[in-house]
Amino acid sequence: MSPTDPIDPTDPAGPTAPDAAAQSDALLRVRGLKKSFGPNQVLQSIELTVGRGQVLALIGPSGSGKTTILRCLNGLELADGGTIDVAGEVSLDFGTPPTKKQLAALRDRSAMVFQHYNLFPHKTVLENVLEGPVVVQRRPKDEVTAEALALLDRVGLSSKRDSYPFELSGGQQQRVGIVRALALRPQLLLFDEPTSSLDPELVGDVLRLIKELALEGWSMVIVTHELEFAREVATEVAFVDGGRIVEHGDPKQVLRHPKEERTRQFLHRLLFPF
Amino acid sequence: MNQSAWDLFWSSLGPMVQGAILGTIPLALASFAIGLTLALGLALMRLSRLGWVSGIARVYISIVRGTPLLVQLFVIFYGLPSVGIVIDPWPSAVIAFSLNVGGYAAEVIRAAILSVPKGQWEAAYMIGMSHRRALTRIILPQAARVSVPPLSNTFISLVKDTSLASVILVTELFREAQQVAAFSSEFMLLYLEAALIYWVICLALSSVQSVLEKRLDRYVAH
Repeated sequence: MSPTDPIDPTDPAGPTAPDAAAQSDALLRVRGLKKSFGPNQVLQSIELTVGRGQVLALIGPSGSGKTTILRCLNGLELADGGTIDVAGEVSLDFGTPPTKKQLAALRDRSAMVFQHYNLFPHKTVLENVLEGPVVVQRRPKDEVTAEALALLDRVGLSSKRDSYPFELSGGQQQRVGIVRALALRPQLLLFDEPTSSLDPELVGDVLRLIKELALEGWSMVIVTHELEFAREVATEVAFVDGGRIVEHGDPKQVLRHPKEERTRQFLHRLLFPF
Repeated sequence: MNQSAWDLFWSSLGPMVQGAILGTIPLALASFAIGLTLALGLALMRLSRLGWVSGIARVYISIVRGTPLLVQLFVIFYGLPSVGIVIDPWPSAVIAFSLNVGGYAAEVIRAAILSVPKGQWEAAYMIGMSHRRALTRIILPQAARVSVPPLSNTFISLVKDTSLASVILVTELFREAQQVAAFSSEFMLLYLEAALIYWVICLALSSVQSVLEKRLDRYVAH
């Protein structure tokens, strides 16, 4: 990948291969993250580490808190306690409510792909992608447009640049959602059940794209129900239940030979629903 | 209808149309523009997390909607002078109508903002927008589409309500009609004529509304 490649994730340094060195040089470090909605404690004390170029898959039953973890990482939910550290550059301690500036810095480091795409319906595909880099990051429009078109071309949607989201299929919308996230040049990509609202025959395209991005060295946290996908793409899988990380580790180990009874039950239910 | 009635119809058409063009229409446009600005502010206040801020807006809206427009006009034009505030007929009418539109349209705008899915706010925050920028670039354009039909209703009502300004001596369509009628005693003819002109104006507004709706609907599936 050349340094000018539009989706070079760690531009200008270039992506780092996930290895032991990257492990110690964590991109994302979460410690003791807590979150309650009223009397309901949805995150008990979450500990996570994602190295550069690594892919963490969060699996678990609905309501387990995995999506809340992801939303805390992007500041869409404010944690009540604990710390989030990204690349040693942004460090937030939620013991005190973060300032707007801290929150902006946190959001600046990551970009999220939503379950329901959440494209801006009143903007064309290209405008959706440009909005963040041009309006918020104030990068030169020509440069960003060229980059955006290259990204759209890559996901096979350059012919849709002037279409509105309602004219696209779910799979196409989600690919635009991914391009919108990439165009922000984040250090960390967050995927919130990216294929859960897609028709089954459209899931493959989106998963394939995410896998390609993973292979290129993007650092990611993915909330997913696609176990086979998690096993293949993730460098680490964490099973979340009741607001805790019940078990985490190598995907094959967690998904094939779980240590915890609860993980086993969950996997069994998913593999043999009836 | 006999010849003299027709003559009266045609001869009074000029002053009435002039009243519409110089009175009714500018009065409605000015009041709507000011009222909408006020309404947006009130809608945002209503949505504020600060209890007292939304409380103020709530009380204001309640008063405006809970009292007759005619009474509001009288308070401003005939009432305020007794506390030393004298305002001319035209500005009095604009103030009363603006305050009124502000109260009604605020609820429309508030509902329209709330109708935009929460995910739109989240996507806006995700790409790094501040609350204000998310509101102006992402939420309000979508809310605008939803609020065109109800706001058109508000505007059409306003056009007709401007006839109330005749009681505080503003020269507009209906006051012209009253003056001609007083001289000729052809009440039926002249008031029907006034009604006809209001109707024509509102028909024109309805077609503007549908053009606007089509324009704003270009990004929505049908």
